[in-house]
Amino acid sequence: MKFTLSWLKEHLETDASVAQIVDAMTMAGLEVEHVEDPAKKLAAFTVAKIVDAVQHPNADRLRVCQVDTVDGVKEIVCGAPNARAGLVTIYAPIGAYVPGLGVTLVEKPVRGVVSNGMLCSAAELEVAEESNGIMELSEDLQVGISATKALGLEAVIDFEVTPNRPDWLGVAGIARDLAAAGVGRLKDMTVAPVKGEFSCPITIRIKAGDACPMFAGRLVRGVKNGPSPDWLQAQLKAVGLRPINALVDVTNLISYDRCRPLHVYDRALLSGDVIEARLGHHGEHNAPEHLIALDGKTYAIGPQMCVIADADGERPIGLGGVMGGESTGCSDATTEVFLESAWFDPILTAQTARATGISSDAAYRFARGVDPGFVEDGLELATRLILDLCGGEASDVTVAGTAPPSPAPIAFDPAYVHRLSGMSIERDRVLDILHKLGFLIEGHGPTVTVVPPTWRRDVDGKADLVEEVARIAGFAALPSTPLPEAPRPVGGVLTPRQARARIARRALAAAGYAEAVTWSFTAKKIATLFGGGPEAVVLANPIASDLDCMRPSILPNLIQAAGRNARRGFPDVALFEIGPVFAGDAPGDQRTAVAAILAPHRPRRWDHADTGQDVHAIKGELLALLEELGAPAASLQIAQGQAGAWWHPGQSARLQLGPKAVMAEFGAIHPAVLQALDVEGPVYGFELWLEAIPEPKRKATKTRPLLKASPLMPLWRDFAFLAPETLAAGDLVRAVQGADKALIASARVFDLYQGQGVPEGFKSLAIEAQIQPVEQTLADKDIEALSAKIVAAAEKLGAKLRS
Amino acid sequence: MTDLTSLEAQLTAAVTGAIDLAALDAVRVAALGKTGSISNLLKSLGAMSPDERKTAGPAINGLRDKIQGLIAERKAVLEGQALEGKLAAERLDLTLPAPPRRKGQVHPTMQAFDELICIFAELGFAVAEGPDIEDDFHNFTALNFPPKHPARDMHDTFFLQEGPDGTRKVLRTHTSPVQVRTMMSQSPPIRIVAPGRTYRKDSDQTHTPMFHQIEGLVIDRDTHMGHLKWTLETVLARYFETDAVTTRFRPHHFPFTEPSAEMDVGCDRSGGGLKIGQGSDWLEILGCGMVHPNVLRNCGLDPDEWQGFAFGFGVDRLAMLKYGVPDLRDMFAADTRWLQHYGFSAFAAPNPASGLS
Repeated sequence: MKFTLSWLKEHLETDASVAQIVDAMTMAGLEVEHVEDPAKKLAAFTVAKIVDAVQHPNADRLRVCQVDTVDGVKEIVCGAPNARAGLVTIYAPIGAYVPGLGVTLVEKPVRGVVSNGMLCSAAELEVAEESNGIMELSEDLQVGISATKALGLEAVIDFEVTPNRPDWLGVAGIARDLAAAGVGRLKDMTVAPVKGEFSCPITIRIKAGDACPMFAGRLVRGVKNGPSPDWLQAQLKAVGLRPINALVDVTNLISYDRCRPLHVYDRALLSGDVIEARLGHHGEHNAPEHLIALDGKTYAIGPQMCVIADADGERPIGLGGVMGGESTGCSDATTEVFLESAWFDPILTAQTARATGISSDAAYRFARGVDPGFVEDGLELATRLILDLCGGEASDVTVAGTAPPSPAPIAFDPAYVHRLSGMSIERDRVLDILHKLGFLIEGHGPTVTVVPPTWRRDVDGKADLVEEVARIAGFAALPSTPLPEAPRPVGGVLTPRQARARIARRALAAAGYAEAVTWSFTAKKIATLFGGGPEAVVLANPIASDLDCMRPSILPNLIQAAGRNARRGFPDVALFEIGPVFAGDAPGDQRTAVAAILAPHRPRRWDHADTGQDVHAIKGELLALLEELGAPAASLQIAQGQAGAWWHPGQSARLQLGPKAVMAEFGAIHPAVLQALDVEGPVYGFELWLEAIPEPKRKATKTRPLLKASPLMPLWRDFAFLAPETLAAGDLVRAVQGADKALIASARVFDLYQGQGVPEGFKSLAIEAQIQPVEQTLADKDIEALSAKIVAAAEKLGAKLRS
Repeated sequence: MTDLTSLEAQLTAAVTGAIDLAALDAVRVAALGKTGSISNLLKSLGAMSPDERKTAGPAINGLRDKIQGLIAERKAVLEGQALEGKLAAERLDLTLPAPPRRKGQVHPTMQAFDELICIFAELGFAVAEGPDIEDDFHNFTALNFPPKHPARDMHDTFFLQEGPDGTRKVLRTHTSPVQVRTMMSQSPPIRIVAPGRTYRKDSDQTHTPMFHQIEGLVIDRDTHMGHLKWTLETVLARYFETDAVTTRFRPHHFPFTEPSAEMDVGCDRSGGGLKIGQGSDWLEILGCGMVHPNVLRNCGLDPDEWQGFAFGFGVDRLAMLKYGVPDLRDMFAADTRWLQHYGFSAFAAPNPASGLS
């Protein structure tokens, strides 16, 4: 909303400058968005008088003027048809920026004659939308005075109002708060009623329930409508409103001045003597009603909209509190006007405005809740203005319904201000602030009764009163009080899962992966590819059709990111993300995933060494990460071929503690999935779920078990097995390791060979076993016995020692 | 004796003249081998009379020791030369590139989260969490949003499909539902922050449909707005890592706090950029206030017994402000060049000893 300082001063006696007002508004809770100050914009422009104007020697439509300016007499070329000797107008010197043209004036010849400045039109000064010729000002104006002064322009303050304060949508409401904040003295705002000269011939009927609890109106006859006087037009224009005619301008003025929207009907165009407020209903053949509104557009009326109707309630002539109808609008021909001042339900008004797409000043105000105590006063104020501007005589006021209840009284101990805000404000000052804001204070004990004014329906408790006092006293006076020391949990403030997410982040970054943060959404069809996409996680109103589903996995987002990077010319991508994935819409369906992908395009190496960027590399990263996260690495099973359908079936596996305790999946992404995502492969990846890693057992102390490092030298023995091609190396290793759990410390594959010398369907797997003697050095026969056990264990799996 | 003298001269010349280890070994064998010249002389001692032996013995043994010493000396020299030669042949061009390795990064928003949690942990705040898919009660009703508040509109909030009971879940529009979950599951005193993803149906240069917030909640018997002010002043000064941070509170309105405020941070907008802790402009940075009595009641707490404050701010924006990231949308684009440029080292984990970043 916008207002000017002079408008404010109609309600507030103050010497404050615009800057001071803006500052006080900000600190009282009114967010000033912008101050448009013409004094700044038009600083270079001054009043000038054309002394002489002659035809330009080289151009028919131009005149060469001698102009008396603040800079002396200047020769200026002007193309305006009204440039003539004796005209008082506005002069811009060379170097001035002309806002309406968006140019800075430079000295240059116009058809051979140098123009030493410019004479301006209203449009060029941005004081009118369009103009015909240069400005024509009163001859009384002195040459050299500023354009802003000559044109009566002043700063316009544009501000944002929080939804709880509809009273700020009237200039008077702002004046009240500023007065309480000490910026000036509030002028008397009481409204004197206008005596009715005759009884109102129109009956008002309310059948709208809560949608319109109160409707007041009266007729004014014998009015002469037409353009409103200059002062009113100027006042409306200053805040961006378009003057229409005196009757309509009066309603707009009061809407902006008192946050009291009104409506005027041309009595001659009303059908019948009854105005009815009701809800929308279906007409004949069950078709909805329609209204052609003042904006000329036709709107369908829903059953939850408040309709104003005439013709005994049959014909819609307005949407209550939103917009009037075209059929009964006031024009210059209007001689009898029916004036409406009603109270419409905020929620229904907001819904109607939203459903119809109408954003009117009235709807904006009613939707926030106008003062129910000002319904009749608003009518009286409008009557007075109409009689003053248009003449005529007013009928009695007729009122249907009653205003919604006033805010309930609040029991309030002024000491509560200190308890809640920490501010030390004297009791008298507390009560004085409330009083200045219009609150009634009753009682004298430690606890008083505070009755909020009718325009403060947002105030319903003592905390609200503290806010009133604190903001008017000024938040600058809030003390800065250190929080008392709180006992801190000994083990840090993170849960084990939070701590693990943090470790994963740093570990993967250290391993060369860049952390991405991508949307929690994906496209439903992509979610389906990754095992997700149930209806429960599909958005009803997505921001874009390809972001319509909560992601079941982070992988698709990372893979798509790899594709985007590749298309930009940076195909080597190692990314990870830690974030939520969704299997359903219940809180327990959300898990924290850690996902990484590798789209290797490493630089070629001069030594031709293998870059080692493959599915085994991603497995290595995953295992290293799980170890960092404290997962029980020794108990993990690698279940190959059981990972989701988005993985390469032969190059993927699950890491699990058991079939129901899946901790992670890894592998190469399925080429068909890559194709669907339009990404070139290979892409490797893993995804693990932090919730699936068992939480470590809590221990009483942080001490570790004693290190049992054997003093005996370990020894290594190599075994080359001929194994069926289908035998998993991991199974063979586990068999070797299990041959003697006491002595075999570890077993590791160090060679895999297929080809010449190895029969078809078989492979050669060489395993190195580390043997750690426990009590004494092993004798040859002990080692031989152990070797035999290893070979026997392998043979059970169909692997034979190669001879 | 002259024999010995000439033998010594001859052998000395041979040792010094040996050009490599093989030649030196040949000289050693010729002198000290089984049938070497000195060995033969030593053998001849046995046939000598005791008197002869008395003089010849020391002389021959002396010659042996001397030649042995000379050979060892020469051997060391020759070995040194041989190693030098070998090493010279092993020269590598070390200007060749080392095996390439990737450098990973931590995302700036996550770095900012870690920094903030580090600061809040110092102040005794625990970290709470809640689901991204919320119900109407936790996201709106319990937080005192009136039934038809615009935030509940499809224009502003993401809704999921209607469930069998006719209700729709929402993507939480703020981290405030975690306040509700915390107050309903814990007894005061409460001191938590809740970091997480939040969602609003908004997409332009300064808004993304998903962003990050951190929520704070302190509930105790006497916690007042002055504590709120100190907490936020302290956190922002520590976060921006400058003593010069200025802040101010402005009255505002939120359904879930009363009184409500917005906090501005002093900044300098001159010259196109934005510098925190300088200049005379103000930048709105967060919303806060005293927890509304209705919210306390909705969570089962008696507002006459318990009171406290809550605050919430956008972490992406805070990271952008601190680290000069120009465009919010880039935060979620996963552009590797952007991540490399604006990301953080894995080892820049914030801690009070070495600083935040």
